[in-house]
Amino acid sequence: MLRADQVLTDSVEMLAYECDAYTIHKGRPDVVVHPESTEQCAAVVRLCARMGVPFTPRGTGTGLSGGATPLYGGVVISIMRMNRVLSISPADLRLRAQAGCINSTITRAVAPYGLHYAPDPSSQTACTVGGNVAENASGPHTLKYGVTANHVTALTLVLPDGSVVELGSDADEPCGYDLVGLLVGSEGTLGIVTEVTVRLTPNPREVRTLLAVFGSVDDASRAVSRIIAAGIVPCALEMMDSMIINALEDAFAMGFPRDAQALLLVELDGLGPGLDAETADVSDLCAEHNARSVTAAASEEERARLWFARKQGVGVLGRVAPNKVTQDGVIPRSLLPEVLARIRGIAESHSVRLCNIFHAGDGNLHPCVIFDERDADELRRVLVANEEILRLCVEVGGSITGEHGVGVEKRDAMPLMFSEADLAAMRRVKSAFDPAGLCNPGKIIPGPSAEAAPP
Amino acid sequence: MSRKSPADIAAGCIRCGFCLDACPTFKLTANEAESPRGRIYLMRHVLDAGRPMDAAALTHLDNCLGCRACEAVCPSGVQYGLLIEGFRARIEEEGLRPSAEAGARGMLLDTLTDRGRLGASLAGLSMVAGILRKAPAMPGLFARLLTGGQSHEAAVPLSGTGRSGGHLPAFTAAVGRARCTVCLLDGCVMSVLFANVNRATAELLSHCGCNVVCPHSAGCCGALDAHAGRRERARQRARALVDALECADYDVLVTNSAGCGSTLREYGELLADDDRYAARAAALGARTRDISEFLVELGVEPPTGRLDVTVAYHDACHLAHAQRITSPPRALLRSIAGLALVPLAESDLCCGSAGTYNVTHPETAAALLERKVANIIASGASVVAAGNPGCIAWMREGLARAGSTIRVTHTVELLAEAYRRGASQAEA
Repeated sequence: MLRADQVLTDSVEMLAYECDAYTIHKGRPDVVVHPESTEQCAAVVRLCARMGVPFTPRGTGTGLSGGATPLYGGVVISIMRMNRVLSISPADLRLRAQAGCINSTITRAVAPYGLHYAPDPSSQTACTVGGNVAENASGPHTLKYGVTANHVTALTLVLPDGSVVELGSDADEPCGYDLVGLLVGSEGTLGIVTEVTVRLTPNPREVRTLLAVFGSVDDASRAVSRIIAAGIVPCALEMMDSMIINALEDAFAMGFPRDAQALLLVELDGLGPGLDAETADVSDLCAEHNARSVTAAASEEERARLWFARKQGVGVLGRVAPNKVTQDGVIPRSLLPEVLARIRGIAESHSVRLCNIFHAGDGNLHPCVIFDERDADELRRVLVANEEILRLCVEVGGSITGEHGVGVEKRDAMPLMFSEADLAAMRRVKSAFDPAGLCNPGKIIPGPSAEAAPP
Repeated sequence: MSRKSPADIAAGCIRCGFCLDACPTFKLTANEAESPRGRIYLMRHVLDAGRPMDAAALTHLDNCLGCRACEAVCPSGVQYGLLIEGFRARIEEEGLRPSAEAGARGMLLDTLTDRGRLGASLAGLSMVAGILRKAPAMPGLFARLLTGGQSHEAAVPLSGTGRSGGHLPAFTAAVGRARCTVCLLDGCVMSVLFANVNRATAELLSHCGCNVVCPHSAGCCGALDAHAGRRERARQRARALVDALECADYDVLVTNSAGCGSTLREYGELLADDDRYAARAAALGARTRDISEFLVELGVEPPTGRLDVTVAYHDACHLAHAQRITSPPRALLRSIAGLALVPLAESDLCCGSAGTYNVTHPETAAALLERKVANIIASGASVVAAGNPGCIAWMREGLARAGSTIRVTHTVELLAEAYRRGASQAEA
């Protein structure tokens, strides 16, 4: 079935597979396999099904909620030897790739045609399209262009019994049950996606990128609310607070003012004349909310530099503390100022170090709590603060996750958002696909089926 | 300089995974134990448990090329190079390798870093090869030892180049009024196999208004030793070089070998525990520049001679990742009239040479070389330029094996040629 070099069994060698980028929960795999085709992947899954062994799919393990962590051991099925672009149809705006293909590889492959793949998570140079499908990943530019779910038209799926099905089609509208829609965001609990057809997006004609500097987080968040309320849809609208600004300055000397309390990175795209008017409106709205300065990137290099800062902005926290948890709550955008202030209050009351770098435009917060896991008391306080923040997001009418997935991290917070009847419906979907409960067990859904260890 | 313990450096990894797709061994194997994040996880495991390294950990740490591509993409700024060199030193110092393998590795390094022995050994090997009418190869037993029993054949790391030994003159005067005085080292491998590159470098510097001094008392900088875990040997060489250069009068120490440049710049770290040398070593590091970076900082007139060639530029790991120098060499190449610089796919992916890695890990090195050669051929270039001797020799060997006539050269040689043509046109 597989060659020896496709199978890992040494416990030390498999150590790196005990978690992904979310490190609080861990689980040791018994075996790691590297199938090289859908058939090989299906054969492994069939064997697992026959023997009653749990299995967990894994890409590059950049996930932030433990989706790729083998909580109950068993087999980790890596998709990383299935990483090729299979076909490109520029005229039809379609590309088909194996699930292990790196996100930015897709954009690089279609750049010659003036196209790109829109979902752009910060980890886009390392994360896989299969992982993006599992987590319904988004990124700064999904504010205007939509999340992964809006960009996937067809999938090849290995079901948890080892059979292989083709879902969706190349057409723009789904036919029959929208199973692609169901699979996107299912966090690898309904089967293993091995191939993906994605929709490609033409590059914008023109882009304007603004950096607005604020003396207070309040002013910056009011400006965000006003921009959205004015009916402007920037292609990206991002906020970074002072701890992030200073960490970036320490690491890369970006030239940001260290005493600023918040930066807004606003990007607009479209056609020249309309675009200039919108850009002027955004500048004015920022100025009305006491922006100390609003400057436009003068060149493509300057723009790339601003985005570099934004994309490195979370990882850079490794220079400040050894561990971090990135929250992913979503809130109504009109409540940004109030919610950010309350989050600050929660952090202060539990003496945890917290900073904010997030997709302000769609109200997707990423409060990052930094800590040292070797300090047990600090870890405890971090977990308490985390839960309070999640409760707050739900209380104001938002959600506990925007793009990182529920995984194991937020599994037990699901009842904050869903009734027992809601969760029971989810369980029925799960067991329709995976009656034995072997496929990535312990993720998303709390309760009896998640807590009982599989056979 | 604030110094962090290995445990603190390793703790800086927040497991974001940005490094995975940058790592050549992960790209080849898809095994996370063969990725930077996985290796740091193994190191943490060893450090936290306070126990000796087990065989699996040793193998995966050993398989690292030390290319430091991960460092260049790490948002958390984890100093992976320091970590891996520290662990390599542990492997050697704790005697974790079978003694025959350790001995063979030692002999290889001693030979490469000694001008006399290197010259004699290569002459011997090519004589044998001539008699056998085969490509130069390591004797079978020696190959088996070096590769930890993996292979009966090991490449001669530097056979892909003609020998061109000879010292640089102790002093080369600037053409015209001198703008500054530059110290250029003969080096170990460079002086035996790439003396022509050394001469071109001196000529170029002189043409650009620099006096060039070459202290013949200066020996090997210790880069190969440091990268292979012979830290004490590297420190001895560093101290000797610090002493030798303190007698010389110069403004900037210029290197044309990326591996040496990165080690020289990190002398402060290497000798941080040595009270007598720490500050002097750091000062030497601060005065070190790669030739490409130096010429761009100095601001030189573009050459007036034309070179009608299509060139692809290969980013040597210790230039692009360890020293983050990627645009100066390209800017210099673009300044040559007639020269078309074409993109090279995966230009900053290691070619597999990696010091003595191509000898100790022939399979991985060959797989990376094959990939590099395919990318070079696809680029459409007729010449490949690079800034490190190991890469140049290894890529020459790979292209020759593939039956390609594409030439591999040092960036400096193209520049020197363009200036030379300009000067002879002016005379004519």
